[in-house]
Amino acid sequence: MSQKRSFQQVGTRPIRHDGIDKVTGRANFGADFSLPGMLWGRVLRSPHAHAKILSIDTTKAEASEGVKAVISGVDFPAISPSSSDGQTDFRDLSRNVMAREKVLYHGHPIAAVAATSKQLADEALEKIIVEYELLKPVLSLDEALAPGATILHDDLKTRGADPPSEEPTNVASRIELGRGDPEAAFATADVIVDREFTTQMVHQGYIEPHAVVARTNEDGQSLIWCTTQGPFMIRAYCARLLGLDASKIRVTPSEIGGGFGGKTTVYVEPLAVLLSQRSGRPVKMVMTREEVFRATGPASGTRIRVKLGAKNDGTLVAGTAEMYYEAGAFKGSAVAAGAMCLFASYDLQDFRIEGYDVVLNKPKVAAYRAPGGPMAVFASESVMDELAEKLEIDPIDFRLHNAAREGVQATYGPKFNVIGLIETLEAAREHPHYKAPLGPNQGRGLGCGFWFNAGMQSTASVSLNEDGTAVVVSGCPDIGGSRTSLALMAAEELGIPVERVRPVVGDTETVGVNDGTGGSRVTFATGMAVIEAAQKVVQELRERAAAIWGVEVDQVGWQEGRAQPKDGGEHEPLDIETIARRAGRTGGPITASSSLTARGAGPSFATHICDVEVDPETGFVRVVRYTAIQDAGKAIHPGYVEGQFQGGAAQGIGWALNEAFVFDDEGKLENPGFLDYRIPVASDLPMIDTLIIEVPNPRHPYGVRGVGETPIVAPLAAVANALHNATGARLRDLPMSPPRVLDAIDSVR
Amino acid sequence: MSKLHVQTRVNGEACEFLCDPRQSLLDSLRDELGLTGTKEGCTTGDCGACSVLLDGRLVCSCLVLAPEAEGREITTVEGVAQGEALHPVQKKILEHAALQCGVCTPGIVVAAKALIDRHPNPTEEQARYWLAGNLCRCTGYDKILRAVLDAAAEMRGEV
Ligand code: FES
Ligand code: FES
Repeated sequence: MSQKRSFQQVGTRPIRHDGIDKVTGRANFGADFSLPGMLWGRVLRSPHAHAKILSIDTTKAEASEGVKAVISGVDFPAISPSSSDGQTDFRDLSRNVMAREKVLYHGHPIAAVAATSKQLADEALEKIIVEYELLKPVLSLDEALAPGATILHDDLKTRGADPPSEEPTNVASRIELGRGDPEAAFATADVIVDREFTTQMVHQGYIEPHAVVARTNEDGQSLIWCTTQGPFMIRAYCARLLGLDASKIRVTPSEIGGGFGGKTTVYVEPLAVLLSQRSGRPVKMVMTREEVFRATGPASGTRIRVKLGAKNDGTLVAGTAEMYYEAGAFKGSAVAAGAMCLFASYDLQDFRIEGYDVVLNKPKVAAYRAPGGPMAVFASESVMDELAEKLEIDPIDFRLHNAAREGVQATYGPKFNVIGLIETLEAAREHPHYKAPLGPNQGRGLGCGFWFNAGMQSTASVSLNEDGTAVVVSGCPDIGGSRTSLALMAAEELGIPVERVRPVVGDTETVGVNDGTGGSRVTFATGMAVIEAAQKVVQELRERAAAIWGVEVDQVGWQEGRAQPKDGGEHEPLDIETIARRAGRTGGPITASSSLTARGAGPSFATHICDVEVDPETGFVRVVRYTAIQDAGKAIHPGYVEGQFQGGAAQGIGWALNEAFVFDDEGKLENPGFLDYRIPVASDLPMIDTLIIEVPNPRHPYGVRGVGETPIVAPLAAVANALHNATGARLRDLPMSPPRVLDAIDSVR
Repeated sequence: MSKLHVQTRVNGEACEFLCDPRQSLLDSLRDELGLTGTKEGCTTGDCGACSVLLDGRLVCSCLVLAPEAEGREITTVEGVAQGEALHPVQKKILEHAALQCGVCTPGIVVAAKALIDRHPNPTEEQARYWLAGNLCRCTGYDKILRAVLDAAAEMRGEV
C-alpha cells in the first residue's frame, strides 16, 4: 500500500448485521434446527482408553423400541492407508469418527443409534454389547517414548526419522528446523539459560456443543445443517469418509457458537449422514458437554526445552529447542507450527529446533487458536525474561534490541515484510500500565506473541438490489463479527452506508469454495474477494452511467456512491439507487463475484502486559490488570478487533492458571464438564485493556492482517513472568495452580 | 412412558405442553415449544447459556424439571424485548460489540436483566459475581461488563 488511504466506512464501529437476531434469541445455532419426522442420533463411546474390540453385537439395540438404524465401524467404507490430502489422513479421520479394531481413548465412538427420541436412543445404546480386551494405556510423553512402550498403531513409523525407524513407534514424525551453527554461536554467549517446560492438554471450550441435522433425499443427495468453521470442509470430509461424490452433499452452516479451531474437522456429521441414509429419515445429533470434552479436539500437552544465549550487551546469539507434542490417539499435532513460531519474534541467525509428534491414548488434538504456538512461546518468552533479568536489562529493551523487523529472515524461513512488533513494544513501554505502581504481592510480566495468519481460498459475490442496497455472499461462517467486517469493505468500495449492505453466509451450493474460518483469514482473505467483487460492481456501475450519459466509461468517476462526470463533464451525478433502478433497461442485474487464493497474509505481533497478585498463604493467583497491544494492520471494525484481543487474552489466562485435562491412571478423563474444567468466569478477570496498533500489511488493499490468533500466544508467558516478579519463583509447568504456586514460593522462601 | 400435561405462562402468554416427566424445562422450551433462543451449553448448571426467569428468579433451565413449571411464570430471552423495542441490555450489548459468536448472549441478556431488576445500580464487582455463572469463551467479559453497567446507568436515567 503506497499512499495512506482515508476511509469512510472502514474503521467505524457499526452495529453488526446479525446482532439483533443474536440478542433476541432468534439466531439459529447448530442445535436450533429441526425437521419433521426427525430422529435423534446418539453415540456409544468407549469406557476404556486403550482396548482391542473383540466384538460388537448390535442386534438387541436394533430390535429396541423406536430404533431405526444402528451403525458401527463395519458400516464405513475401507479407506486405504495412504489416503491423505496432504494435511488430513482420511484413514485416521475415519477411525477417529468411528473406532475400528481398537479403541484409542476414553470416549472414542464405537457405535451410533438413530431412534425416535433422545431417551429411546440412549436406552438402545445400553443394549449394544461390546467385548474388549484391555490394553495398557499410554498416558504421558514419557510412557509413549520409553523403550518397549506399548504401541498404539502397529503400522506407525516415524516420518523424518534419521536413521529411518523400522519398528513401529509412538513417534509419528520428527521435524527439524534451523540454520547457522548454534553450538559455535553459544560459545560466544555471555549468558545462557536452558530450561524445560511442560503444559497439559487444554480444550477450546466453545460454549456451543457440536450439532448436526442430516437428511438424505430420494435422489441420494444428503443435506447437512451443522455448526462448523468450514462447510466446504464438512462436504469434502463427509464425501471422503462415506465414499460419496462431493456433489451428493450440500452443507448449510448454522450460526456458530465458538470454535477457536475446534470446529475445523468432523465428529458427528458423517455419522448423522450414514444414519439418515440407513433410516431414510432426518437425523439430529447434538453432543453433550461431556462428549465434547472427552472426544473432540483439545490442544496438545507438551514438553519443551529451550536454550537461549546472549551477549552482555543484550544481543541474542543462539538458540536450540526440543519440542514434544502430544497428538492424542492419531498423529497430527501442531508441533511444526509450534517450532516455526517459537523464536519467530526475534532476529536469531543461529538456531536449531527439533520437534516430535507423539501419539498416546488421549483424544486426538485439533486446532486451537494459533495451533502449537502458545505453549512454544510460553517456553521461549519465559527464557527471554530470565535472560533479561540475568543481563539486568529491562524486558522491553531486551526484546526491542532483538526484535524481528522488516528485512530480517524469520526463523521459519522467509524474510519479514513490514511488521509491527517494534511498534507494539514501544507502545507497551509508553503505556501507563507499564509505569503504574504495584501493590504488595503483585508483579508485572510481559509476553510477546506472534502468528503467521493464513490466506487460502475465498469466494464472494456482491449483488445490487433494485433499491441500491447490496448483498454480499461468502461461504465463511461468522464466528466473531466477520459479516460486518465484510460488509464494511463492500460499503467502502461502493461508497454507501454499511447499513445498506447485507452480508450473508452462503451454503456450499450458493457460493464458490471458501476455505474454513480459521487461520485468522476471513477479514483478510475473504475481505480481498469482497473488495474485488465490489470493485467489479463499481466498474459496472460506471459503465451503466457512461451508457446513460452517452460518454466513454473513463469519463465517469465513482465517489460517495455516485457516478460523477470527470474533467468538468456536464452531467448530473447519478446515484447508486438510480442506476440500480434502471439496471433492467441498461443491461440487466448488476452483480459480480470474485474467487481467489489469497497470498500475502501479514503476520501479526502483540505485546501483552499482565499484573498478578499472589496470595502467599494459598498460592492463589489473581490477574489484577491486563493490557493487550497488537498490530492489526488495519482494524476494519475496531470493536471486534478489540474483542479478539480480549477473548484471546482471557483464554490464555485460563490456560496459564487453571485449565488442564486431568486423566486418571486408566486414562479416563476426570473433568469432562465446565464445573471441573473451569474456564475463566467474569469474576476471575479484570477489564482487559486493548491498544490497536496499525502497521498496514503491504499485501492487502486496506492493509489488513489477521488478528484472531496472536492474542492467545502472548498471555501464558506474560502471566508466568508476572508471577515470577511477584514471588521470585519461576513456574515452568502449566497450569500454575495454587498448589504448584505454593510449592514454588516455598522453594524460594 | 405417559407424558405429563403442563400449564404455564411463558413470556406473558398462557401456554401448555406435554413432556416426559424427566424432561428438563430447557428441553421443553426448545423441543416442545420451539423457543430455541434459550441455549444449551452443558446441561449441568455450569454455563448459564440456558438462563431463564422462573417467577422472576434467575434459574438454569437445564436444572429445572419441566413439570416444575406448572402454574409458574417463565421469561425467556424471546420475552425480554418489548416487540420491536429492545431492552436496554440488548441495545447496549450491540452498541458495545459485547458479543462475538453470540451463543452465550441470550443467557447473558436474561441474567443481566435480572441483575438490574434487583440491583439497579450494580458495581462492576457485583456485576462480575452476578454474571459469574454465565460463561463466555469469546469476549473476555470486558465489553459485556461495560454494556451491562451502561444499560443499568441508562435505566437509571443517567445517560
Ligand atoms: S445448559 Fe444450563 S447451565 Fe449450561
Ligand atoms: S460470545 Fe461466544 S461465548 Fe460469548
